[in-house]
Amino acid sequence: MTELLDIATRVAGWANAGEQVEAFVVHESETEVRAYEGEIESLTRAESRGIGVRVIADGKQGYAYAGTLDEDALAETLREARDNAGFAEADEFNGLATPDGVAPADLELWSDGLAGFSTDDKVALAIELERLTRAAEPRIAGIESAEYIDTAYESAVATSTGIATTSRETGCYVATYALAEEDGETQTGFGFSLGRDPSTLDPSVAASDAAERATRLLGASKPSSERLTVVLDPWVTAQFLGIVGHTLTGEAVLKGRSMFADRMGDTVAASSITLVDDATDPAAFTASAVDGEGLATRRVPLIVDGELQAFLHNAYSGRRASSPSTGSAVRGGFKSGPGVGAHALALVPGDRSPADLIADIDNGFLVQGVAGLHSGVNPVSGDFSTGAEGLRIRNGAVAEPIREVTIASTLQRLLQDIVAIGDDLQWLPMSAAGVSLVVADVTMSGA
Amino acid sequence: MLDHELINRTLSTAMRTGGEFAEVFVEDKRSSSAVLDDGRVEELTSGRDRGAGIRVVVGDTTGFAHTADLSEAGLSAAAEAAAAAARGGGGGNKVVAVSPIDVERSAPVRIPPEEVAKATKVGLLTLANEAARAEGSAITQVSARYGDSRRRILVANSDGLLAEDDQVRTLFSVSCVATGDTGLQTGRESTGRTVGFELFDEADVEGMGRRAAERAITKLSARPAPSGAVPVVVGPGGGGVLFHEACGHGLEADLVGKSASVFAGRVGEQVASPLVTLIDDGTMAGEWGHFAIDDEGRPAAHNVLIQDGVLTDYMWDQLRARKEGRESSGNGRRQSYQHLPMVRMTNTYITAGQDDPADIIAATDSGVYVAQLGGGQVNTATGDFVFGMTEAYLIENGQITDPIREGNLIGNGPDVLNKIDMLGDDFAMGSPGTCGKDGQGVPVGDGTPTLRVTSLTVGGTAA
Repeated sequence: MTELLDIATRVAGWANAGEQVEAFVVHESETEVRAYEGEIESLTRAESRGIGVRVIADGKQGYAYAGTLDEDALAETLREARDNAGFAEADEFNGLATPDGVAPADLELWSDGLAGFSTDDKVALAIELERLTRAAEPRIAGIESAEYIDTAYESAVATSTGIATTSRETGCYVATYALAEEDGETQTGFGFSLGRDPSTLDPSVAASDAAERATRLLGASKPSSERLTVVLDPWVTAQFLGIVGHTLTGEAVLKGRSMFADRMGDTVAASSITLVDDATDPAAFTASAVDGEGLATRRVPLIVDGELQAFLHNAYSGRRASSPSTGSAVRGGFKSGPGVGAHALALVPGDRSPADLIADIDNGFLVQGVAGLHSGVNPVSGDFSTGAEGLRIRNGAVAEPIREVTIASTLQRLLQDIVAIGDDLQWLPMSAAGVSLVVADVTMSGA
Repeated sequence: MLDHELINRTLSTAMRTGGEFAEVFVEDKRSSSAVLDDGRVEELTSGRDRGAGIRVVVGDTTGFAHTADLSEAGLSAAAEAAAAAARGGGGGNKVVAVSPIDVERSAPVRIPPEEVAKATKVGLLTLANEAARAEGSAITQVSARYGDSRRRILVANSDGLLAEDDQVRTLFSVSCVATGDTGLQTGRESTGRTVGFELFDEADVEGMGRRAAERAITKLSARPAPSGAVPVVVGPGGGGVLFHEACGHGLEADLVGKSASVFAGRVGEQVASPLVTLIDDGTMAGEWGHFAIDDEGRPAAHNVLIQDGVLTDYMWDQLRARKEGRESSGNGRRQSYQHLPMVRMTNTYITAGQDDPADIIAATDSGVYVAQLGGGQVNTATGDFVFGMTEAYLIENGQITDPIREGNLIGNGPDVLNKIDMLGDDFAMGSPGTCGKDGQGVPVGDGTPTLRVTSLTVGGTAA
């Protein structure tokens, strides 16, 4: 890791007078094992390195990257970023992050246990996962995929403005997609288990979840359209929160792409809703002590008791909004500069179990999976429409499975129509936590 | 890109643990992009990625490793890692000698993007921005993006194959936000082709800016979309996304092989309306999903998947074809040298029918007309799929009337294929797409004439 910081610091040190330079350096190792019919289907061992360089001169910004840390490439990447900056237009708010005195949280996100786990053990885990999935239920007829994946990720950010930080984390998971079959009909379900190293993985949980999700949809039919109360499964809620988080970024707000731009201080959600982005929560799979610009991450309450209280900012959007960075610079790898986004969103959970929540519902729909969030949800307008499948709720209990329907509303209304939150908060392999969510008055479109 | 002797030695190293098949995939990709947003050219980005992926197959097991180090030592280490991952029974010492194959290439790139001044590329963004904003004060935000890439690849394998390709793609898109009493709405327009900067000889970026702006403005007065099953007419071009999801993915041999497709075991059967002839064609010069060779070194091919409604074949990559003792169909693709290839579509389209598009609309009493589709998603095992509508209208009494708000449509592939009852004579290719599968994105094209589905569920909110 010091090697990465040395490289980043050296490149940042090549800044010319009157110029700001940021270097983001990454080293990642990954192992991926896929099992099929008791054998290894594929085993991938990969290691990659890369650098992304941002240059700001005269208010103009340029970026360049290279998928190598070879000495020649470092200088060439800086040269290219500098050249690119010359063709952009000036923005008085452009500028790199500067140290703000906030100390990074003390998080242990790296497990030495991962390195101690042999490839053979990883292979055995994937094969065991596949075996358990097939054995979980007599109606499990096949597997679409059963895999073990781990990554060890190290990065460093250094700037000519005084930032010099490193970050490292390990993560791994097992995930399985089961095919259930009955009377010539097939249904699918997935399950997973995740951790910082394989010692905490439980393939039997992944296998039984996948089998249950797949088999309980067998016999599903397409109902007719109606408005009803829906219960979003934690997995679905987490995806929904991801979209809400996007609308609360300084980037979307300042550029007129958020329906919440003029709503600060307003009631934008049901009073039971408190939404927090907190990368310092060690339980979050996406926890991180520093953000993509090297500033400390921090707990940001976005919506408190239904009231909009904050937007997420990186250095640029914060400066433009006359507000400090909230440590919310996010990067999608070294091939692009930092944007603004949530690291680890979570709703403050309620105190009732999902079964209790369902017991209150006479006519509803437990949504276990959604499809097409990227194609039917517009985070600018708020139009929300997604494919859905799951179980009907009748008289306080789950009933027959349903499929090939959509659920639709608007993001604005969905937040206001939340009537209850479960106590089943769980962190998922995405930048939001899941929890059961009950939403009234949603349109289900079917036959 | 690499010395042939070095390739031979690397493949021999890869085969040392008893591999049945080994492959070296070398890639050198340069990309550049420029983004205008919020009224100014925000940032230019450029980058380079170079490396090799090596795979070794033993029985049903594939071992894979990649490296950014193209020296003898780097390649040898990756070959050993891939071989160790696949490790077969005994040792082997197969000597590999590759020889280049002749590949039919499309017309060379006329204007290599790397030879075009950055200022010229940036100038396009400004033109699009100004044209979009000139559509009216309702347009409150515009972003425009220019991107180009040059991807040189070399594939060599233990069967002796050696093939190279040089793939240049150029892309341009405009997105607008319109603001009105009803809130915010968006409109988008994009074009992308496997060509160089000559893309802009035909692509009119100002026209694109205007169309994106009009879309956003039109939607300000959109009504909520209907909720429920109605007849749906899809305009020319965009409908390709429907087939990409409804049956394209389900015809990929890797999913078929695991019985994770509703189309498994159905070759020779009538799976669609007799109007439907579905083709996947990587040879279509200039199209977004075009290439000379796929990422396993196979020449691109014109593959008929469904002929007059009858399923004729699936799409194949090397691995799945080998298992079945047949030839790959040139559909083995990967996102980069860091990824394993798998079965992917190229340019997927429905051939033209005979109906006048105007007659198709006139013959529809009430329904929905989808002029522009967004992306989609499918569960190939159940056949259920969704696709988004980003520009759509009501059809009332045989006429296109009010615009409707965005949403998804949902259907079941085999069911929808049989419900296509009218097909226009106005074939067009759609917008460039990026198809995602198992976390890998590859460029794909699609096309259709105007078509009607007698019943599809529209996921709106209006009763």
